[in-house]
Amino acid sequence: MSTQDARERLELLQGTLDLLILRTLIFGSQHGQGIARAIQQTSDEELLVEHGALYPALQRLEERGWISAKWGISANNRKARFYSLTPVGRKQLLKETSKWNRLTAAIGRILESEEG
Amino acid sequence: MFRRKRKASDFGAEIEAHIQLETERLQEQGLSYEDARTAARRSFGNVTNTQEHFYESNHLLWWDNFWQDIRYAARMLRKSPGFAAIAILTIALGIGATTAIFSVVDATLLHPLPYPHPEQLVTIQDDLPGVGARDVGISVPEWHDFQRSGIFQYVSALGGGDTNLTGASEPARIRLLTIPPNYFALLDVKPQLGRSFDPEDQTPGFNLEVLISDGLWKRAFGSDPHILGKSVRLDNDLYRVVGVMPPGFHDPGATVEESNTDVWAAAGFAGPPAPPPQRNLRILPEAIARIAPGLTIAAAQSRLNALVASLQKEYPTDYPLQSGWRVRLVPLAETVVGNVRQSLILLLGAVGLVLLIGCVNVANLLLARASARGREMAVRQALGAARARLIRQLLTESVLLSLLGGIVGLAILFCAKGFLLQIMPDSLPRLNEVSINWSVLLFALAASLVAGMIFGLAPALHAGRVDLIPMLKQEARGSTGSGEQARTRRVLMVTEFALSLVLMIAAGLLLRSFWDLLNVRPGFNPQSVMAMHMWLPVPNDPDTDIYGSPAQEAPFVREILRRAGTLSGVEEVAIGDIAAIPLGHGRNDLNPFALVLEGRENQSDDSPLVNATIVTPSYFHLVGMTLQRGRLLSDSDKENAPAVAVINEAFARTYWPNDDAVGKHLKLNNARGTTPNRSWTTVVGVIADARTESLAEPSVPQIYVSVYQQRSKDLAIFLRGRLDRSATPAELREQVQLINPELPVFGAQMLTDVVTASLSERRFSLEMVGLFALTALLLAGLGIYGVISYLVSERTHEIGIRLALGARSGNILRMVLRQGLGLAIAGAAVGLICALVVSHLMAGLLYGVRPTDPLTFAGVALLLIGVALLACYIPARRAIRVDPLVALRHE
Repeated sequence: MSTQDARERLELLQGTLDLLILRTLIFGSQHGQGIARAIQQTSDEELLVEHGALYPALQRLEERGWISAKWGISANNRKARFYSLTPVGRKQLLKETSKWNRLTAAIGRILESEEG
Repeated sequence: MFRRKRKASDFGAEIEAHIQLETERLQEQGLSYEDARTAARRSFGNVTNTQEHFYESNHLLWWDNFWQDIRYAARMLRKSPGFAAIAILTIALGIGATTAIFSVVDATLLHPLPYPHPEQLVTIQDDLPGVGARDVGISVPEWHDFQRSGIFQYVSALGGGDTNLTGASEPARIRLLTIPPNYFALLDVKPQLGRSFDPEDQTPGFNLEVLISDGLWKRAFGSDPHILGKSVRLDNDLYRVVGVMPPGFHDPGATVEESNTDVWAAAGFAGPPAPPPQRNLRILPEAIARIAPGLTIAAAQSRLNALVASLQKEYPTDYPLQSGWRVRLVPLAETVVGNVRQSLILLLGAVGLVLLIGCVNVANLLLARASARGREMAVRQALGAARARLIRQLLTESVLLSLLGGIVGLAILFCAKGFLLQIMPDSLPRLNEVSINWSVLLFALAASLVAGMIFGLAPALHAGRVDLIPMLKQEARGSTGSGEQARTRRVLMVTEFALSLVLMIAAGLLLRSFWDLLNVRPGFNPQSVMAMHMWLPVPNDPDTDIYGSPAQEAPFVREILRRAGTLSGVEEVAIGDIAAIPLGHGRNDLNPFALVLEGRENQSDDSPLVNATIVTPSYFHLVGMTLQRGRLLSDSDKENAPAVAVINEAFARTYWPNDDAVGKHLKLNNARGTTPNRSWTTVVGVIADARTESLAEPSVPQIYVSVYQQRSKDLAIFLRGRLDRSATPAELREQVQLINPELPVFGAQMLTDVVTASLSERRFSLEMVGLFALTALLLAGLGIYGVISYLVSERTHEIGIRLALGARSGNILRMVLRQGLGLAIAGAAVGLICALVVSHLMAGLLYGVRPTDPLTFAGVALLLIGVALLACYIPARRAIRVDPLVALRHE
């Protein structure tokens, strides 16, 4: 059921996945599957996140030192690797968020002016 | 970036955990386990892809591949040790020899001179093109002018000469270098102990201070730490030691340890024992200078030209226009290396060719192996190996081979280093600086890598171009190289022949030059002649010199002649100066005299310099020089009799081209010692030209004067007879020291050895190039043997059929030989053309043989073709012995 209307969902823009992951982790540490679910739910199932694509992104963020990871136990008693935001990651999130806002605002203005 | 990476298994576990969690979530929504798991997997996407992505982002893939290639290559080499050994040895020989020659080139040609800012160092050479004289030395006033000109920081000179060191256990002869006090300041070298001379010292004569070499300090003074301030006696004069030079110090141009300077004495060259300074008395044979900072050599030269022009205007009598006085600046490094450059470049070229031939050989071996490995390559390609990947793997193999070869080569070089340095001629400049240093090692590494690339490229490219289907269809054992591959091997073979031929022709030409030189009639007879050196002291105060004039020296000379004549086996005795030893004297041993001819005094104020040889009358007969006209010197030409001289034909031709020289008058003004304006000397005889300067130079003007009329300080005693090499020198020394126990008598040489030694550089080039040429011939022979063997084994089946159908074995033999002959002739043709170019480049190294000598060219080409035929004959014999039954079953 999470896949049946996949075609109607929005594909993620390049580079936005990192931002979404960082944003998701602001509420506390979470494992990969949790992050995927969170993104999907928070976007009202509008965004399509291929779970497999999540992991290279997580790997990348970890290497940059924006998130850290350690193995822990999930709510339903499963071993899982939990990711949490580092101070650097938190700063990066602020920067990326404001950049994103400026970008969308600018694009929005252009699109509106054309319609108008 | 270099932090510890996550393991792939950890990443796998995380993915598994993800799928597990997702499955459980979906199960909670009511799906069965199977459906839930499938859905979870689907939503995850491609697991393997993700994992690969992880792996690649985490690893340097090329490094992985590289390691894999190396391991694989090492395994392949271990599997065929015979092939590996041959290839590695071939390359080892090539790299070892090339590196050895390079280390010499590096030290002599590439390394800057071992003084600070060597690019500022130049030699100053005076030329008098108007009278055909080059590098005649400079005079003291000129030296002072140059010094004051502002063009140079310092101008200095090298005086040279030997001296007797007395006070030690036995009178010893040591090398003394007389230099102005600014010499060490110019070279910018400090002593290890004490101080050097004060560069501003203006003492006209010797300042009675000396610096000694590290060698002499250790040898004669036992490294005495309190040496400073002690006195040493050099030729009866006491000098104070003020410093000891560091161990590695060498005068510019000094070669081997033996000929290094032991003592440096500072002199102003303006007071006794030097004559009063005069513009046209060029008493300084070698002048060196450090140009002022910021000036290029070219800029210094143009300012110097202006100075020369103004001096010529100022002193028109000293610098007559017709002599065309000119002063040249030559980079010191160039002067030091001299004419060895051409020989060394030839050697480097030759050894490079050997390496290249070795590479071609290994390439051939690799190609043969490549065809055997064709199936392996095809299978790997069929399984998805990229072509680039295969090429890279084969190149890795060949580079590994060549690196191993390089290492073995360097190891051989390290072991043979001592021996190699020994066979180098002593006259090679900067020999003491030859070492295996970083740049040499780097060169060896680079040469190995390039060699590996060269011989690996052809087989590697072929492997990439394999046509898969037929290759895979073929039976493993019958797999043959493609036609293209066979063509490549033939091209390689032709290249190898051509390269070998070039080397062999170079060696052949050198051999013929050498042979001609050995068989040249030198104009004197060196058989059973021994020469020994002797040096009479030169005190700084001429009044205390007991051998100061010919009259004082004559009784001593006569006494030596008398005593030496009594030695056992001695038949003839003569005495001369060092310049009288044919082929056995250096440039500094000559006695330059300014020549003035009667009737032509006015046009030759700036007289040509000639080298006069001082001898006793018995000299000519002893060394076998023949009289042409007039008479020889005689015992009656004494100190108070009219001065006479004997000249050679070259001298007569040069100065009296249209006249009989006998009876002519000339004046010899000693350019280095006594005051000029002696009385006229009469030419009494003309002797035949002898090659006393160099075997390659048939006629150099020579003039001989009697020792009873012209004294000399460095003497040679000549003996002819049935001499005992070991006993005679000691007996002679004893006799001389019975007359004066302070005199050292040393350096006994047989004249035949002197003649041989004069060819040592040529011999060295010849031996080296000859050795390389032989190696090349051997490699070429092995190469064609391999190729023809391979062709024969490839065609065993065909030959079997031919034999079965009744072909005669002679036909088969001819067929195989024709193939080899074709290759050899093609190679020889290409090689002859290349050799024409090379032989013209080395024309300067040849003697008596033209660079296009048809005999050498034809002979060498025939030799090469002969060797090729021989190398083909062995596999050809195998071909005709093929048993048709076996051959037909071969497939």
